[in-house]
Amino acid sequence: MKPPAFDYAAPGSLDEALALLAAKRDGAKLLAGGQSFVPALNFRLARPELIIDLNRVPGLAGIRRDGDGGLLIGAMTRARAIERSEVVARSNPLLHSAIPWIAHVPIRNRGTIGGSLAHADPAAELPAIALACDAILVATGILGKRDIAARDFFLGVFTTALRAGEILTEIRFPAWPPNRRHGFAEFARRHGDFAIVGVAATIDVAADGAVGDARIVVFGAGDTPRRAREAEAALAGSHPDTGALQRAAALAANHVDPPSDHHASAEYRRELAGTLTRRVLEQALAPRARAA
Amino acid sequence: MSARHRIVLTVNGQRVERDVEARMTLADFLRESLDLTGTHLGCEHGACGACTVQLDGNSVRSCLIFAVQADGARVTTVEGLAVKGTLSVLQRSFQQHHALQCGFCTPGMLTTAQAMLAENPDPSAEEVRRAISGNLCRCTGYLPVVAAILDAAAQLRSEAA
Repeated sequence: MKPPAFDYAAPGSLDEALALLAAKRDGAKLLAGGQSFVPALNFRLARPELIIDLNRVPGLAGIRRDGDGGLLIGAMTRARAIERSEVVARSNPLLHSAIPWIAHVPIRNRGTIGGSLAHADPAAELPAIALACDAILVATGILGKRDIAARDFFLGVFTTALRAGEILTEIRFPAWPPNRRHGFAEFARRHGDFAIVGVAATIDVAADGAVGDARIVVFGAGDTPRRAREAEAALAGSHPDTGALQRAAALAANHVDPPSDHHASAEYRRELAGTLTRRVLEQALAPRARAA
Repeated sequence: MSARHRIVLTVNGQRVERDVEARMTLADFLRESLDLTGTHLGCEHGACGACTVQLDGNSVRSCLIFAVQADGARVTTVEGLAVKGTLSVLQRSFQQHHALQCGFCTPGMLTTAQAMLAENPDPSAEEVRRAISGNLCRCTGYLPVVAAILDAAAQLRSEAA
């Protein structure tokens, strides 16, 4: 339960971090909040030659609004800072409501948004939120920056579209339309554990109550978070009643192809995907949420 | 591979300067280099909360931070909670409410609760439960722990008033 030996560098600039990463390639790992990576080291599941600690790189943390009402969050921003941000609460209520589900306060005091996204745990909250919100993930390399859409970012368990030598530096959340409602739910045996299954949803509701764009993302039920597109399509354009929400939930359950493991069977996870989808749709469409 | 790094930090108000191997966790540094064995190590992967300390005022898992990362920081361990050798209000409340049996989880409970009360001096019972949800007690002592924290909060509020 002690980490293996490694070389350690704490670069004081992004350029220095990129140069170190370029020089070492596969032998180097980036350290952000360390709340998943350090356990992996302690278990000796990871044995990097060099750890490049991003905690002393200036300019990677912070929350601000862009000119279009969207949200720019630096990759090294701690989950706790996002949780306590008034700006986030106002400009992305789904992100705001999901953060308290991540582990516990001492973990959120260290864990970062960029670290969680780059780690790409299939049961983690932030990848699902990024996907539901069409977030753009900004990857910086020696040759410059490129934007990666959340839908193209998560390739598999702990696998992302980041290339060797790239650092995830910023996450952009598009503006939140005033008619957008949201829901979030997950189930775990103890609060703060990784979700057995979770669901995040946004629903844009027109003045006459008709559903416009609907997003339903199921996580913990496959290699990556996934949109339940058939369920979304079934809701779009409708004035959903209880029966319609149940049908959408059934479509979401059918859509997932969950694993069986020591936490839960595939069948149990599929059932949860349906139940949680119905609950988050009810949350999103509840009259109280509508008034908010 | 085993290059040592010089670190200077403040632990419980005292300046500390040491050379550490990069792979030494803050928890092992506190326990082995500084003999501050009040910080307990349970799971060593962030799940049990026993090793919780305060880093620049925030509760963190000392098993998931390397000592080299604490260079320049201010660390408070359970040994730093007493005021001039007298138990703090929170510690006394734990004692009065019998909020511990074996005591293994207690340092983490205290550091977590103290950081929480600094942020939120008037928590509800639900907020207290949520705050310590990442601190496992295997003697099933949660009810007295919650009572102790709520009582300490009330005492601290009346002291401040």
